This record gives sequence, C-alpha cells and structure tokens, in this order.
Amino acid sequence: MGVFIGKATRAIVQGITGTQGSFHTRLMLDYGTQIVAGTSPGKGGTDVYGVPVYDTVEEALNAHAADASIIFVPAPFAADSAFEALDSGLKTVVVITEHIPVRDAVQVMYRARQQGAVVVGPNTPGILSVDECKLGIMPVHVFKRGVVGLASRSGTLTYEIATGLTARGLGQSTCIGLGGDPIVGLSFVDVLKEFEKNEQTEAVALIGEIGGNFEELAAEFIATEGCSKPVVAFVAGRTAPPGKRMGHAGAIIMGKSGTAASKIEAFEKAGVQVAEKPSDVAKLLSEKLRK
Amino acid sequence: MKLFEYEAKHIFTQYSIPTPNGFLATTATQAREIAEKINAPVALKSQVLVAGRAKAGGILFANSPSEAEQAAARLLGKEIKGAKVEGLWIEEKIAIQRELYFSITVDRANRCYVAIASSEGGVEIEETAATSPEKIIKVFVDPVYGFRLYHARQIAKKLGYDGNQMNDLASIFLNHYRLAMDSDAELAEMNPLVELPVGKFVAADTRLIIDDNALFRHREFKKRPLERAEMTPQELAAQKSGLAYVKLDGDVGIIGNGAGLVMATLDAIQIYGGRPANFLDVGGGASSDMTAAALDIVLSDPDVKVVFINILGGITRCDEVANGVLEAKRRAGFTKPMVIRLVGTNEEEGRRILTDAGIHVLDSMEEAAEKTVEIIKSGGA
Repeated sequence: MGVFIGKATRAIVQGITGTQGSFHTRLMLDYGTQIVAGTSPGKGGTDVYGVPVYDTVEEALNAHAADASIIFVPAPFAADSAFEALDSGLKTVVVITEHIPVRDAVQVMYRARQQGAVVVGPNTPGILSVDECKLGIMPVHVFKRGVVGLASRSGTLTYEIATGLTARGLGQSTCIGLGGDPIVGLSFVDVLKEFEKNEQTEAVALIGEIGGNFEELAAEFIATEGCSKPVVAFVAGRTAPPGKRMGHAGAIIMGKSGTAASKIEAFEKAGVQVAEKPSDVAKLLSEKLRK
Repeated sequence: MKLFEYEAKHIFTQYSIPTPNGFLATTATQAREIAEKINAPVALKSQVLVAGRAKAGGILFANSPSEAEQAAARLLGKEIKGAKVEGLWIEEKIAIQRELYFSITVDRANRCYVAIASSEGGVEIEETAATSPEKIIKVFVDPVYGFRLYHARQIAKKLGYDGNQMNDLASIFLNHYRLAMDSDAELAEMNPLVELPVGKFVAADTRLIIDDNALFRHREFKKRPLERAEMTPQELAAQKSGLAYVKLDGDVGIIGNGAGLVMATLDAIQIYGGRPANFLDVGGGASSDMTAAALDIVLSDPDVKVVFINILGGITRCDEVANGVLEAKRRAGFTKPMVIRLVGTNEEEGRRILTDAGIHVLDSMEEAAEKTVEIIKSGGA
C-alpha cells in the first residue's frame, strides 16, 4: 500500500468530460486505477470510457462507493468542486487545476482540516502509488516500483529526478506532487510523517524550490523529531532573482524570504544532504541505501 | 500583479483610509499645475513597480511650483533599477511624528491570511523583522469569521495607542482588511502609515499586489497603460502568448517545459559557469506553435548568444517541439547556436526531425548544459 492511495482506492473524476479530464481518465484506467464514476454538471447520464457520468458528486456517491476524487475543473469553478468533494466525505482530494485564487484555496484547506481530509495540490501533477494507483497526470513510464518516497513541488522536475532514480535501479514507492501554488494542502512535513510510517518506503527525496518555507520547516522537523529513513533534498531556483515569479505562482522570493540559499542551509544544518544537480539525487540516495 | 502607488492610493481612498492629497502627472507642466493646486510643499514620487525607489533617487521634494516643474523634468524618463519613469505621483509633503507598518498578506505555512503590524515602519521593516522579531505583531486571520474590529483594536493598543487614536487606527486596519479581501490582494501594505504631529494617521505609501489567479473576477484592473511601459518587448510577447517568461542578465537563452525543470536548468547553466538570459516555461503539452512562439521570443533578445532548449516530454510531445523549433528558425531567417535536450514522449520522431535539419540533440540535461556553456566560452559558435 502506498501513501494516501493504493490498490483499494476507489476514485471519482470531477470534470471528467473536459479535454484534460477525459484524456487522463483513460490513462488512469490504463494504469489500473479504479475510477468508479465521474461528474460534469449538465452531462449526467453519459459515460466516458465506460465510466458513468453524474451531475453531482452526491448522485455519484449514491450509486458508487468511493473514497477519493481527482479534479480537472477550470480554475474559476475548481474550489467549488473541492468543497463538493470534501463535504461529501471524500478523504483524498487531488486538485490538478492550476490558477485557483489564493482566497479560495485558503478556504478549501480550512474545510479539509475540518473534515479530516487530505488535499493534494492545487496545481499538482497528482499522486502515484507505483504499480497500484495513479491519481494524476504524470507519464508513468519514467517510474518503477521500489523503495524511494518522492515528494515534490513541481511536475517535470519530478519526472527528471524519477528518470534518474529509475535508471540507477532505484524504484519509487509513492510520488506526491505537493503543487506549485502558494497555498497547497500538503507540506513536506506532512509527507515526511507519512513516509516514516509507510513500510514500503526506505528512503525519501524532497524536491523543493524557491518561495515559502516548507523546506525550512521540513529541515526543522528532521532536526527536532528525527527521521529513521535517509532523506536527500534538491532545491530548484538557486539563480532566481527576488520578486519575480518563476512560472509557479508559489515560486517567488519575497524580500529576503524563500531563497534557495536559506533552504539549502536549513537542510544542511539538519544533516540532510542537498543535491547540487538533479542527477545527484539518485547518486546520493544509492550511496545511502547501500550503507 | 503589482499596482502602482497611485492606483493603490485610489483604492485606499475608496475604503476611507486617509492618504496625502495628491495627483498623477506625466509631464513637467502638469507637475507645476498640480503643485499650484496643492499650494504647499510637495513630494514627487516616481511611479515604478521596482522596490527601493527612494534609495535609488526616485523621490524628490519641492517647495514651489517652479521647483516642482524642475524636479519633474529630472525624474520623468529617468531609469530606476531598469524601470523607466513614465508618471509621477505628486502629493502634499507631510510632517512625520512616527512611522508605523501595517499589512495583510498570505501566510503559506499556516494556509491563511495574516495581519502584520509594527511600531517601527519605514524602509528598514525587513531588517526589523529579522533582527527584532518582538517588534512585529502578527494576527492570523480565521478563514471563516475573518479579521474583526477587536483584532484591529488589539493591534492598535499593542502599537501604543489608546482613546480616539486607538479607535481611528482600528477602523483604518479593519477597512484595510476589507480592501485586501475585496481586491484579492496577495499583499496590501501601508508602509509607512504615518502618525502626524496633530495625532491623525495617513497612509503615506501604499503597496498592493493582486493575486494574478483572481484577475478573472476583477475587471477593474484590465486597463493599465503604465505597466506596459515597464515591460520589455520579450515580456510583452510572452504575456500575449501566455508563456511564463522572466528576463535575467546573462547571455544563455533558456526554454524548458515545467517551472521546476526550467529553474533547475538555469541553475545547471550557472553550475557550469554560464549565465542565463531568461526563464521561459512553455508549460505542459506545448504545441509546435507554442514552441515556435517561445523560440521567437528568446531569439529576439539581443543579449542571447546561445539557446538551450530542455524538454522532458510527458504530456508534451517531442515531435511537436521539434517542428516548432524548425518553424521558428524558418521565420526568424537567422539563428543562434542551439543546444537541444529532448527526451520522453515521441522522442525518436522528434530527434529524427531535428537531426535531419542538422541540429544535434542530446539526452542528458547536465551534459547539454555543459555543452551550452562550452559554446559560449569558445566565442559563440
């Protein structure tokens, strides 16, 4: 069983009839994910690759048991879809949608806490429990089942690092995209706690970037609480100038906070090795796992 | 989206927050007329979006309309940290008893908004936050019931005020919070919020950064002619094509897919001794048109001597990227040395297209970064 999701996960797709929603529904089904229903307001009664479509999450859940949702709804309506999923009692909600306003995201995270649910994203490639379940949009051929837990704030950089791990024979247990927005549901600390409990995971890679302080908080957590599994980090954006948004809404150095230097220093102080280049992540992890 | 001071001040005024009496000028003659109208010593403040304009000489004072005209002539057209001054906000010069700080911003770790205040406002606020965190007051805002009047009063009290002054400040803070929420601000700031010798409060400088992702519900921010003036031709073209682009000061043009990967690409170039000229993310699933548009932008930057394209295809198809590269080369009619790293979906087809056109394709990002820097060091070819 992976972290948050596994073979037994039964998911619905919100926004299943859109271009992205239907395309990725097919890829998730191909991977073996149990997609039991989809929603699309006004399209109830139709189907997408054999998956029945409903107008509301309530109707979908009356007809099918499910515990997770993945959202492909356009940004102006995505927060509403997240509330609908959370209020219906779904415990894992993956928000692929990019460009959700911060004010809406803050309220979604608040509702998730009240409901005891986990929100992955927004602006995430999703979550992948290798060979078990995929709730996301990542290209699966770069991943291989194994022992490394991977958590990242970006998409393609994760694929880059996973490619490197796989090439060195280091497979992955669960890969989680935290999301590139300023307000996201999961932090590195949340994920570290999960990887610590997870039996399949023997080592962890944290892929951070400029902006916010999730990396510093993770370093502090490792320094004070300890972590029984080796952790290696990478931080993108050493060359990023302050005050400029580097693609992701969350990747911005505000004044003096959120710099790569501060994150790297925090990790090193906590005894976490920081890879200089993406390919060094695999190198460092294989050294640690050999010991 | 950053608003200019004059735009922010208009909004603060709408929320009954006192600001110095002022007007916008785009010519020296207008500056003179405004100074006549204000009929008191004035401050002339360059309307630029870069921070630290005061230290860069972007603010001047004048005691008479003719002095104001002269000062305006000196400021207009001047470059401040790379931004050309197209407008001046001219306002009554105020007497300062004390400088306070107040802002509403997003606390990412706690996933909520936070009100931040300090009795030591002014340009050194970041320094204060770093060296004397006890001088910074923070109130986390509950996402459901919000920032209330009593929170505002508590902050005013902690800043050392009571009686009417406490109540005045509290209503300014509460209105400020409403303004921040109504306009979807990522940052709404008064720095300094000035206490006048007569005991009243005035927001002497205001800063508003609007959440770009919320602009769809704010039509009022659609027309902003001055902002366009601060953008380079490349930034304008990128905005038009919906590409994430940031100009940097080196000579290696960079294109990649995915923000994190592009950042890591810039870093790799620097590790091998090169300097990136830009950040450009073509995004997920880029078509050949998008790729061509991206390459047009990078090729049009005169600082760029070599281009490094780093694509890891997931949703993005390598053949689309390859066709886009050829299209841009054909359109530009010229080219610059190019290093391309292309792996992932439809990789073989993409490589074939480029190899047939005589372009060398590599499959390791780091090897490609190293090669790019070698080309620069050997003189660009």
